[in-house]
Amino acid sequence: MHGCGLKIIVCVKQVPATTEVEIDSERGTLIREGVESTINPFDLYAVEEAVRLKERYGGEITAISMGPPQAESSLREALAMGCDRAVLLTDKVFAGADTLATAYTLACGIRKIGTYDIIICGLKTTDGDTGQVGPGLAEELGIPHVSYVRRIHLFMDGQIVLERTLDDVYEKVRVHMPCLITVTKEINEPRLPSLKRKLWARKAQIKILRAEDLGGEADRFGLNGSPTRVVKVFNPPPRLGGRLIKGEPDMLADEILKKLVELNVL
Amino acid sequence: MSIIIVEDKCVGCGLCIKSCPYDAIKRVDGKVRITDDCRMCGVCLPVCPVDAIERVGKEERVGDLSEYRGVLVFGEQRNSRISPVVYELIGKGRELADKIGEELECVVLGEDVTEEAENLINYGVDKVYVYDDPSLAVFREDPYVDIIVDLLRKIKPNIFLLGATAIGRSIAPRIASRIKTGLTADCTELDIDPETGLLLQTRPAFGGNVMATIICPRSRPQMATVRYKVMKRAERRPGYKGEVVKMRFDPEEVRDRVEVLEISDIGEGGPSITEADIIVSGGRGLGGPEGFKIIRELADLLGGAVGASRAAVDEGWIAYPHQIGLSGRTVRPKIYIACGISGSVQHLAGMKGSEFIIAINKDPSAPILKIADMGLVGDLYEVIPKLIDRIRRLKKG
Ligand SMILES: Cc1cc2nc3c(=O)[nH]c(=O)nc-3n(C[C@H](O)[C@H](O)[C@H](O)COP(=O)(O)OP(=O)(O)OC[C@H]3O[C@@H](n4cnc5c(N)ncnc54)[C@H](O)[C@@H]3O)c2cc1C
Ligand SMILES: Nc1ncnc2c1ncn2[C@@H]1O[C@H](COP(=O)(O)O)[C@@H](O)[C@H]1O
Repeated sequence: MHGCGLKIIVCVKQVPATTEVEIDSERGTLIREGVESTINPFDLYAVEEAVRLKERYGGEITAISMGPPQAESSLREALAMGCDRAVLLTDKVFAGADTLATAYTLACGIRKIGTYDIIICGLKTTDGDTGQVGPGLAEELGIPHVSYVRRIHLFMDGQIVLERTLDDVYEKVRVHMPCLITVTKEINEPRLPSLKRKLWARKAQIKILRAEDLGGEADRFGLNGSPTRVVKVFNPPPRLGGRLIKGEPDMLADEILKKLVELNVL
Repeated sequence: MSIIIVEDKCVGCGLCIKSCPYDAIKRVDGKVRITDDCRMCGVCLPVCPVDAIERVGKEERVGDLSEYRGVLVFGEQRNSRISPVVYELIGKGRELADKIGEELECVVLGEDVTEEAENLINYGVDKVYVYDDPSLAVFREDPYVDIIVDLLRKIKPNIFLLGATAIGRSIAPRIASRIKTGLTADCTELDIDPETGLLLQTRPAFGGNVMATIICPRSRPQMATVRYKVMKRAERRPGYKGEVVKMRFDPEEVRDRVEVLEISDIGEGGPSITEADIIVSGGRGLGGPEGFKIIRELADLLGGAVGASRAAVDEGWIAYPHQIGLSGRTVRPKIYIACGISGSVQHLAGMKGSEFIIAINKDPSAPILKIADMGLVGDLYEVIPKLIDRIRRLKKG
């Protein structure tokens, strides 16, 4: 903390509003007719936590996103929820980034924003669905991270005490700032923005940064900077079902019992 | 780098248009063109009958990849016990190593882990690197990442696999970022491309609606986190000859910026859902938190664990660790009993590997009934109490 509250950065991504994508089996392509976009649902928890921290400790929140120009609308959603500023990293050369290139690009953008105490990321995105960008970003910035954070206990003397889930255990940890955290859905209940803030967010200025503004190594952006390649997409093979049984509850219970005995459970 | 169509050669057959997974090839004014949507995946290259599609521009940073050899598995442990997923990775890792004619290796970090680590050899591991040190008793990202990166730089594996556990998912992206290589999350299938020798990493995308196969052609190691309970566990191979390499590190040299203050069990007794042979799961169809009482009762009677759909977790009827599916856990029990769960693709993604699926649903058109081995159309509140009754009577003899 720098005497003027916390400097918080939240990473948000724009994703397709539905994951119900289908594959055109004849052509082997994704069917993407008129799919709308929205802020990644997991990132709402990151934004909400940032706003709650600000309410508790004072400070300033910057929302950052890398994406096409339309990703601006997700940043406006974050502004409406309570972020103060928004930065959009957008450039044709950023396209096709995998998690390594995304983390690198976000790191370049965050260095441009300036100093910060804490960076908050969502657990994962609903499209990429990897949860890799948060820890990767922390590595690019050379700061520690704590993933799966379910509660923030307190800030004190440049340190923060957190509770995280690690599979079958909860851990209480202490970490020095600056640091990065990824948060689970348990951490809060994201708010609905007020009409007043929505109106403000609609007009708020969003800072645009392009590749040349970021500096950095040009060949680490976008597809060129992505070591992974998708070679095939396909629908998962269906699991074929078995018997469908209809009838009185007594009969159904008998059927299950018979099966459980047959399967050596009882 | 980009992909182009050489106009002189193109005969306009349009086969590439059909092949493109991103819809990025279009016919414009009668000519076939690659649009800005191109992700340069290269799927179209071999499809063209007249070799009119080419990759142009520089290929970035291709080092000498041939010096990278072997399949390395992260031997995750908790409380000095090797985690179950490691045996699954060893099973798959052995198969991959054999296909490329290389060795299977494992790295274990922790305190008092040498014996467990040595035992891995009995599952067909050629070499185990052990970092046994009191400072590693409790998992922390920083030392784990520093030590593993140091090892990767020394032994240069071709492939590096980690379980998609909370620990694996937390350290893998940092490791990949540090050594600037690709990382595929949550793989459910791994294979070797017979032509290129590359690791084919298949994972669910878009909420499990589609599967994507991903490669990492130009950097090493090829890294992946792998879902647990998806790959088959390695068989014991008593007498297998392997080597244990005791490794050392200087605690002063590794960073350590996160301090663990307290660890508490989430556990609620009974088997955990990732280990259980029987899982009884409840969904929105339970209608409220009380519903989990009869689910728990049935699970206890069968010696099983309680699972849930995301809808039930989102409603707050049961805690998140019980969630099964794409954004929860993957399970592979012998018997999965789904009660009041519709069977969305996301839920199926976490349980369709179960050996036998029983589903109870009021709605005969519920998708879960289409994939269940035994689908029962009925009200769970009428059927389950009767079932519990019958099991009790049977047990009394
Ligand atoms: C990115 C993403 C990730 C997701 N990850 C997961 C995940 O990990 N796990 C997961 O489960 N979901 C996940 N979902 C959510 C998923 O799409 C579904 O919303 C969810 O699985 C639905 O849960 P449900 O089947 O319990 O509820 P519903 O779909 O509402 O189904 C309830 C069912 O209960 C039946 N029913 C009602 N009353 C009774 C009764 N008395 N007796 C018998 N049957 C009854 C109904 O007929 C209905 O079929 C994810 C979604 C997205 C977008
Ligand atoms: N393009 C992006 N711009 C900003 N933040 C991102 C972007 N991609 C991922 N993130 C952040 O990283 C988290 C994990 O994303 P992922 O690794 O894609 O599942 C998200 O919840 C965001 O907080």
